[in-house]
Formats: sequence, structure tokens, C-alpha cells
Amino acid sequence: MTPAPIPPMTDSIFALTLALLLLAPLAIAGVALVNTGLGRSRSAAQLLLGCLGIVAVAAIVFAAVGAAFTGNAEGAGHSFRLAGKSWNWLGAGPWLLGELNSASPQNQLALLFEFLSVALTALIPWGSGAERLRLTAGCAVAALLSALVFPLAAHWIWGGGWLQQLGVNFGLGVGFLDGGGAATVHVLGGLSSLAVVWIAGPRKGKFPKEGLATAMPGHNAVAALFGCLLALVGWMAWNMAGAILWLHAPNSALAGTAVNTLLSASMALVAAFAVTRIRFGKPDASICANGWLAGLVASSAGAGLISPPAALLVGLVAGLATPLLVELLELALSVDDPSGAIAVHAGGGLWGVVAVGLFAPQAGQLLAQLVGIAALLGLALPVIYLLFRVLDLVLPFGVNGEGERLGMDLDELGASAYPEFVIHRDESQR
Amino acid sequence: MKYAGLLAMPAGFFLCAAALVLFSAPAPRLIFVLCGLAVEAMGLSVAVRGHMEERGDRR
Repeated sequence: MTPAPIPPMTDSIFALTLALLLLAPLAIAGVALVNTGLGRSRSAAQLLLGCLGIVAVAAIVFAAVGAAFTGNAEGAGHSFRLAGKSWNWLGAGPWLLGELNSASPQNQLALLFEFLSVALTALIPWGSGAERLRLTAGCAVAALLSALVFPLAAHWIWGGGWLQQLGVNFGLGVGFLDGGGAATVHVLGGLSSLAVVWIAGPRKGKFPKEGLATAMPGHNAVAALFGCLLALVGWMAWNMAGAILWLHAPNSALAGTAVNTLLSASMALVAAFAVTRIRFGKPDASICANGWLAGLVASSAGAGLISPPAALLVGLVAGLATPLLVELLELALSVDDPSGAIAVHAGGGLWGVVAVGLFAPQAGQLLAQLVGIAALLGLALPVIYLLFRVLDLVLPFGVNGEGERLGMDLDELGASAYPEFVIHRDESQR
Repeated sequence: MKYAGLLAMPAGFFLCAAALVLFSAPAPRLIFVLCGLAVEAMGLSVAVRGHMEERGDRR
């Protein structure tokens, strides 16, 4: 059985999707600002420079290698036969973006979408490893993700791979659905964050021998919160473009996609605000920022499919869960994640993927979503951890203790992000 | 211990994949897939436990 042919893209839809994809990098800028704002001032310039470097490395490596492994739904792929079904597991596109100009308009836009996706995926673990992960290590992590891990997942989910074919081959709904990259980008990025944090270890003094974890608040709540607003613009465009490209949403569904994205983020913010207000007596700006982002992430999988009330519910659960997950990871599981990326991206992404299965009208869709989650959790996390472990032996992730005390700005760049101010006590004592 | 947990996780995935191949009815498929996810969750919790023990030793 072959999948239903994708309708050709009209010129007006091509232009609209291209315009949306040109707005989508604002989501990357927003995440970069949130990461920087939630880190301490001594590493701010290195953090933001790292964001730029990682986007650059991810784009170059994906162009050279990753895009070939990702392939596209109409292109060739490596597959094997099992139980009478074809399991397409790896793309077989041209190297170095060969044939880009001769590709169909739809495939050209899909490639642009994947470029943005790989950049965001690679950026997520950088925020978790903030203040101890070296620039070279961050870029190497980005290279590995862009060359191997992201392309494999993107092919399975977007490029005609076996997860996309679950509906055709096994009658599970319309196959695994992930319009805006909740799984491909955020779950993958969140799991990479967990691997990075495990390998790099916590920041110096974060978990003392006795007592609770030390609070290390971010240095610029304004940057983090402005990043959230910037991310909203990018995310709405991102989800609309994803709905056109991967869900083949009609024009009538596009405004609803943007509205659902906004509703999910809004409800998540209100929920995170309420949880922190109840738990700590006052709302916590950094956790509210994380709640907002978690709402955006959770909306990514199905903003183009679900109804506005469902989007509110998706945001509510994401906003309630995020503060609790952040606290669980830090206090109970000894995971030092300055940007909260594991809770926001892995937690929010997983919930978003499940929510599509719960709210989609097709029979068997929930099962398709669960199989996709099983594939990402069961295969991606162990593979990512082992790859990063080997990489850490070649190119150590963490900076030495003295470098961490000085801050990554002075240690790696030789200059502070805020040179006119003495902004942390231990530096002033030198 | 961390590696044992991480090695258990692909076993959960293969359970899910086996569910697709072995069963055609939705109910047994769903049960098998949920069992696969449970194996993955157990593997993840063992890996997390291993990480916490490593951290405790290093303090």
C-alpha cells in the first residue's frame, strides 16, 4: 500500500510558508535569550556567543551530511522488510545539498524548516550545560546532533520514514504526527540536555555535601522574559509552517494554529504563575518563563489539529507540570539544569505528542504517538548518551574548577559581558 | 548501573515494535506498547538512580 500523494503546493501557499519560515528564527532567538537570562552574569557573553556558534555549526554540518540522511517523503530511503512491511529507517538524499535547486517547492521549504529545526535542537542542550560546558564541546555536541541524531529522527517522522508510515503500514491513525517538532526538535533536544547534564556534572557548589541544593538564580530576568515574547512570534510562525508542510493543513486551519499556540502558552503561563504563587508565596519569574516556553513546546505537535479548548488543556497541563518537574529534577534527582530545558523541552514535548493522540479524531492515533515516544525514548536517549560519552573522552565537556569560578566569559573569551560592573562577589575578591 | 538502565531502554522499544508486527487487534497492541513504555521507564529510573549514586560518591 502506498501513501496518498501530497497535493502540489500553489504559488500563494509557497510564498506564505516561506514568509512564515523567515519569521520562525525568532523562536531560536527567544530560546537563546531565555538561556542567557537564566544563566549567571559571569558566563553571559559565552552563552550567547555559544548560541550563535551552535546555530552556525548545526547549519553547516546539516548541509554537509545531515540533510542527506534526513531525505524527504518523495525521495529515496534505506529500508528493510520485516513481516511483509517496509521499514524505511534512513534517508538517502544527495550529499552537500545537491539537487536543491531542482527539488520541488514543497521539498525546498521542508529543507528550510529542517535547517531551523536542527539549529533549535542543537541549541537546547547548550542552555542546560550553561556555565560549565566549553564552547568547543557545545559546538561538537551540535555537530553530532546535526549529523546523526536529528537526521535519523527527522527522517522517521517527516521524511517518509517508518513512523510517518505507521498509518499506511499498520493502520495506526495517519501515522506519527508532529507538525511543529515537539518530538523531532524538543524531545530530542531535551533528552540531549539530560545526557549533557549527566556528563558535564553540576556547577561548582550547586549540590553541597550537606543540605539542600544551592539556588543559583539567573542574572537577567528581563532578557529571559523578553525572550519568551520573542519566542511567541517565532513559534506561531513555526507551527503554522509546520502545519502546512507536515500536516497539509488547509488555509482555513492556519489562523486557528496560531491561536492554539497562543492559548497553550497563555494557559501554561497562568498555571505556572499560580503554582509558584501557591508554593513560594510570590510568582517566580524564571519558572513562569519556563512555563510559557513549555506551553509553546507542548503546542508544537498538534496546534494545527486540535481545538482551542484542547489547546487550553494542553497548556494547563504543561504549565502545572513544569514547575514540579523543575523542582523534582533539581532537588530530588540532583540534575543541575540552569535553563530548565529538560522539564520544558523533554517534558513539554512528550506531553504535546501524547495530547495529539488524545485529541486527534483518527482511530489508532494515540497508539501511533506512543510508538513514536517509545522510539525516541528507547533508542535516542541511550544512543545520545553513548555518543556524548565518547565525545567527552575526546573533547572534555566541562571547564576546570578555576575557569568555572572565574566564569566562562573570562576563562574562554578573556572579557566579561558586563566589563564596567563588578557583579559577583568572588570575582571582586581576586 | 547507569549503563544497565540505558541498555534496558532499547528493549522497551523492541517490545513496542514487536507489538506492531505480532498483533493486528488494537487492544493487545496497546497493552504491548504500554508494557514497552513501562520497560523504558524502568530503564530510565535505573539510569537516574545510577547517576544519583555517582554524584553521591563524588561529593
